[in-house]
Amino acid sequence: MSEPAAHSQVETSTPKELVREPLVLNNRPLGWITNQVAGIVEGDMPKWWNIAFGVSFLLMLMSFGYIGYLITTGVGVWGLNHPVAWGWAIVNFVFWIGIGHAGTLISAILFLLRQKWRTSVNRTAEAMTIFAVICAGIFPGIHVGRIWLAWWLFPLPNANAIWPQFRSPLLWDVFAVSTYFTVSLLFWYMGLIPDLATIRDRLRKNAGQCKTGLDKMINKLKQFLYGLFSMGWIGSNRHWRNYEKAYLLLAGLSTPLVLSVHSIVSFDFAVSQLPGWHTTIFPPYFVAGAVFSGFGMVLTLMIPMRTIFNLEEIITVRHLELMCKVIMATGTIVGYAYGMEFFIAWYGGNPYELYAFKNRAFGPYWWSYWIMISCNVISPQLFWFKWCRTSPWFIFVVSIFVNIGMWFERFVIVVTSLHRDYLPASWGYYSPTQVDILTFVGTFGLFMVLFLLFIRYLPSITIFEVKAVTPQADPHSVEGGADRVKGGDH
Amino acid sequence: MSKSFAIMAEYETPAEIMDAAKKVHAAGYEKWDVHSPFPIHGMDDAMGLDNAKVGYFTFFGGLIGFTTGMTMQYFMNKFDYAIVVGGKPLFSGFFAFPVSYELTILLGAFGSLIGMFVLNRLPRHHHPLLANERFADVTDDKFYVVIECDDDHYDEQTTRNLLEGTNAVHIEMVEGTE
Repeated sequence: MSEPAAHSQVETSTPKELVREPLVLNNRPLGWITNQVAGIVEGDMPKWWNIAFGVSFLLMLMSFGYIGYLITTGVGVWGLNHPVAWGWAIVNFVFWIGIGHAGTLISAILFLLRQKWRTSVNRTAEAMTIFAVICAGIFPGIHVGRIWLAWWLFPLPNANAIWPQFRSPLLWDVFAVSTYFTVSLLFWYMGLIPDLATIRDRLRKNAGQCKTGLDKMINKLKQFLYGLFSMGWIGSNRHWRNYEKAYLLLAGLSTPLVLSVHSIVSFDFAVSQLPGWHTTIFPPYFVAGAVFSGFGMVLTLMIPMRTIFNLEEIITVRHLELMCKVIMATGTIVGYAYGMEFFIAWYGGNPYELYAFKNRAFGPYWWSYWIMISCNVISPQLFWFKWCRTSPWFIFVVSIFVNIGMWFERFVIVVTSLHRDYLPASWGYYSPTQVDILTFVGTFGLFMVLFLLFIRYLPSITIFEVKAVTPQADPHSVEGGADRVKGGDH
Repeated sequence: MSKSFAIMAEYETPAEIMDAAKKVHAAGYEKWDVHSPFPIHGMDDAMGLDNAKVGYFTFFGGLIGFTTGMTMQYFMNKFDYAIVVGGKPLFSGFFAFPVSYELTILLGAFGSLIGMFVLNRLPRHHHPLLANERFADVTDDKFYVVIECDDDHYDEQTTRNLLEGTNAVHIEMVEGTE
């Protein structure tokens, strides 16, 4: 073929238009979205919900029982001993608080980046954040030993006329975590207001269908409660204007907040002088790890949820695929951080530092280190393959590995750095006791109890935001009625 | 004896209500509003609304938070009960920063939420529209233009004619609550 002919061919061929995959499949009308999501709250829960709730509730009681035992007996019931004075409690604290970070990333950072796919998953992820922070908050509280003095953590006047010491990163943590919890709750609640109004209005419309007097009373009570918390929302555009601005500002505030929270959690370690903890890479490394673990938990919760409640058209495979990509990216950052820690330990020329890292990988806790590496560094790399990140059951399995791996990461950081002190005479091997293990297992019960109640009573998908990203919501599209307007400028 | 609160027109698509909103705005009405299940992109311009003022609340919330954080730590660790830690200065902006930063965000967030409520005059549970049967679809899939009878330009016939000139599928009067 001659040159000019090839050239003209390029000129005339028009590139194939790339069609973006829709966020809600099958071009469903707006009312369908309302029915699908609000229907979960209005209908009866399936049998598995009762079973899951029962099991979680018992686990939660078990955890509370062990906490009661701890308080009445003392921290000696845990496996803590010299030199490992920070054990599972701190590991669990960092694990749970990290889980929460995916919720804020989805709700705030992806909002600022205008990632429209976040609308299907943000409500559930934010709920997960709040419940995870509740689970996290338990551990430092019960870790202080004399728990009845835990209020000394706060700057409140006490009988000794002494104030907290603000140079301590542990105190920064108190402020970071309590701010994180409060702001996440505000953000979540604000997002709920229009959807609570949807439920309120639907209850009002369905009031006529109530047959018995009891049904009528329940309907009235629900109308009252959903109405109360929806603050009299009437979908006014003058309200939406302030609402959207406030939402944007909250997203703008939550973004530096979420980055600061895990940075400050990492300061608990990094500000100390201990080899293995005293590293400048900790803040970004912890934040990436937190997002990684949080996305793992989001997928663990969301994959069963979308199947059970028939939400596959709203939480599509594309949503799962995008989350897998985040997992792969953050997993790779975490892997880089593991490598960089080793490099700096060698390059820094500090023999204690180098020893701490060699001991991590090949010392008595080698097994925990290699569990961490296989779960966090190797397993997310499977998502390079399209099949792996589009098969829900497979993603579910990997998400479990991510959860396990990230718990072990914190175990590795906390325990392996502490268990070999500078003097071999004070070396030790830390093992958890039954109380350590079952208290932690029980917090999953607490987490699930809260999560199941959330699915039962609140709209688990942000109805109004999902509507807003459909073509029917765009006044300039045919689906939005653009061709029905006579003489319109569209 | 209840007086009518407003005239309400119902629409089925965002494009149609956007068109109606432009016409109502052009006719010079002041006390009117558009109600929709979700925020419609471009509606603020169609209604001729300026930028929302929530940012001021956020800014002052954040400012109060930061000042509180810094003064609290100065007062507690230097003024009221000096604690020497590692021979370092009793107060410096560096160690005091993380706590002040968190308080900035905390009070900034409260400012945003409170600002949104204050500017929207919410909570308001006795709004006449909440008693209207048909209006309950506003949180589902219908769109409404509501023009209050208190508006200076309001006239029973001309306002109705204006709304009938749009793609409204239903027009009715909303009863007031008294």
